[in-house]
Amino acid sequence: MCTTALDIKRVRKTFTRKERMPRPAEASRFSVRRRIKKEAVVALKDIDLHVPKGEVFGVLGPNGSGKSTLIRLASTLLLPDSGTLEIFGHDVEKDPYAVKRLINRVSVDAAFFKKFSPIENLMYAARLYGLPPSEARPRMKDIMWRLGLKESTFRQPMEHMSRGMQQKVAVARGFLTSPILLLLDEPTTGLDPHSKRDVQAFVHEIRQSHDATVLLTTHDMEEADRLCDRIAIIDDGRIIALDTPEGLKTLVPSSNGEKTTMEDVFIELTGHSFEDAEAENEEGT
Amino acid sequence: MRSRAVVREMRGAYAFVERNINLIKRYWGWELVWLIYSLTNALAITYIGNGMSAITGQEIDTQAVVKYLLVGALIWQYLSVIFYAISEMIAWERWEGTIEYTFMAPVSRPTHLVGTTLFAIGYGVIRTLAILAIVSAFFRLDLSNANILGAVLMLLAGSVSFVGLGIWAAVLPLLYPERGAQMTNAVAAILLLISGVYYPVETLPMWLQPIAKSSPATYVIQGMRDCLIDGRATTQLLPTVGLLVGIGLVVIAIGLVIFRHVEVYAKRAGRLKRSG
Repeated sequence: MCTTALDIKRVRKTFTRKERMPRPAEASRFSVRRRIKKEAVVALKDIDLHVPKGEVFGVLGPNGSGKSTLIRLASTLLLPDSGTLEIFGHDVEKDPYAVKRLINRVSVDAAFFKKFSPIENLMYAARLYGLPPSEARPRMKDIMWRLGLKESTFRQPMEHMSRGMQQKVAVARGFLTSPILLLLDEPTTGLDPHSKRDVQAFVHEIRQSHDATVLLTTHDMEEADRLCDRIAIIDDGRIIALDTPEGLKTLVPSSNGEKTTMEDVFIELTGHSFEDAEAENEEGT
Repeated sequence: MRSRAVVREMRGAYAFVERNINLIKRYWGWELVWLIYSLTNALAITYIGNGMSAITGQEIDTQAVVKYLLVGALIWQYLSVIFYAISEMIAWERWEGTIEYTFMAPVSRPTHLVGTTLFAIGYGVIRTLAILAIVSAFFRLDLSNANILGAVLMLLAGSVSFVGLGIWAAVLPLLYPERGAQMTNAVAAILLLISGVYYPVETLPMWLQPIAKSSPATYVIQGMRDCLIDGRATTQLLPTVGLLVGIGLVVIAIGLVIFRHVEVYAKRAGRLKRSG
């Protein structure tokens, strides 16, 4: 078995942003032609990353820094412009089906069939991953119980559930297929403190019992500090620092005699405040 | 090992059948509205045949016209259900925002297609039979001369082509997150115009007739009229059935190749993300 969960070599990803320009003054009033300006946005700039099996690896960065692009590349939902990305030795581009069987992802937007119940949504996911219903049904109930969801909610439409409850079902979907690499893209953003604790405790527990590797992006500095073995800070598509939480804290001298926090490290290295990152996140930028 | 892979793919295919059945259960109000719309459409078109004598002031065999229009309306109902069920396999995921999760799952696109097709055929048959049962209360439909076995064979052969056309149309919501689903309506409307659903294709302008002959729906609808109205023998239908299966397989193969390329493009350009 390959001991490297995620191996990223010089991965670059660019998107093209199209912007409609105002009609030129000299153009006829009846002209329907618009000038469209195309702009290349580099989301990841030749990233190198090596995550060994069993590690909880955190990625911190302001919005638009490339965190979600990294997760989508590892999820086979995006293809890199250049470079290679391997998951347990399988190339994401050349062998996507082998990769898909090993991974699952929880993203910030709990995307579900909103009129379906959690059980119906999870059963759909289970069948897609080839799990027999006899195995999937008890497992999904067990995960939802452990995440603090009440049994009375299991069969009600997702659209009647709170954001926090929906996100817990999303977490249950991510763990249902027992992935050996779990991609968590801001899984606790927007959750109330209690729900956040439930999800964090579950990630911690699964990591202990299941020996899974976790790639976690978050804006919650305390969460990153508590859960992650190592953290990369990414800004403007580049990794600007990578170390254990304690190692990162040594990069920034303490002020006022207080212990350096991950938030201090983040602000010092990216030039963004934690509040900026949160505000950007709420605006959905 | 191989049998385990087959079972896994079958479970994957069934996921789409079960999901679509659940969608019908949850959106039953829409289903009811859509059924009433289809039913009244079929009735309105068939009443044109009933009123032909009154419209023209001449003695016309209205029964023949009614049968002609009714077979066209019912078969179009069925074929359009197949077409929309396949073409909306991406559009539904866009509407619900689940597209990334489905594309991330270890399910091949042919498996995705098999599941959607199984559902589409079952749903299409049940829906068309329901419309036929209600329409029978309005018109006397004499099918005593019909070759039912031949009609079933013809319908299945025609379904293959429409699965293929559905795959071609399913590419549109993948390419155009916001407008793709609406574009599929234009494809269906063009097929309706050129395929001799309510009139012989010979009545179309000369320049449209070669295009009409390239539409598989033209052969399905003509074949169904041959079976249900004229009672043509199954052996006589076999060349048309063979032609339809052949066209269908080619259309599906090309559709899958196009879909694969468009999926790769969507992943390069980041088009899976937007929910439309």
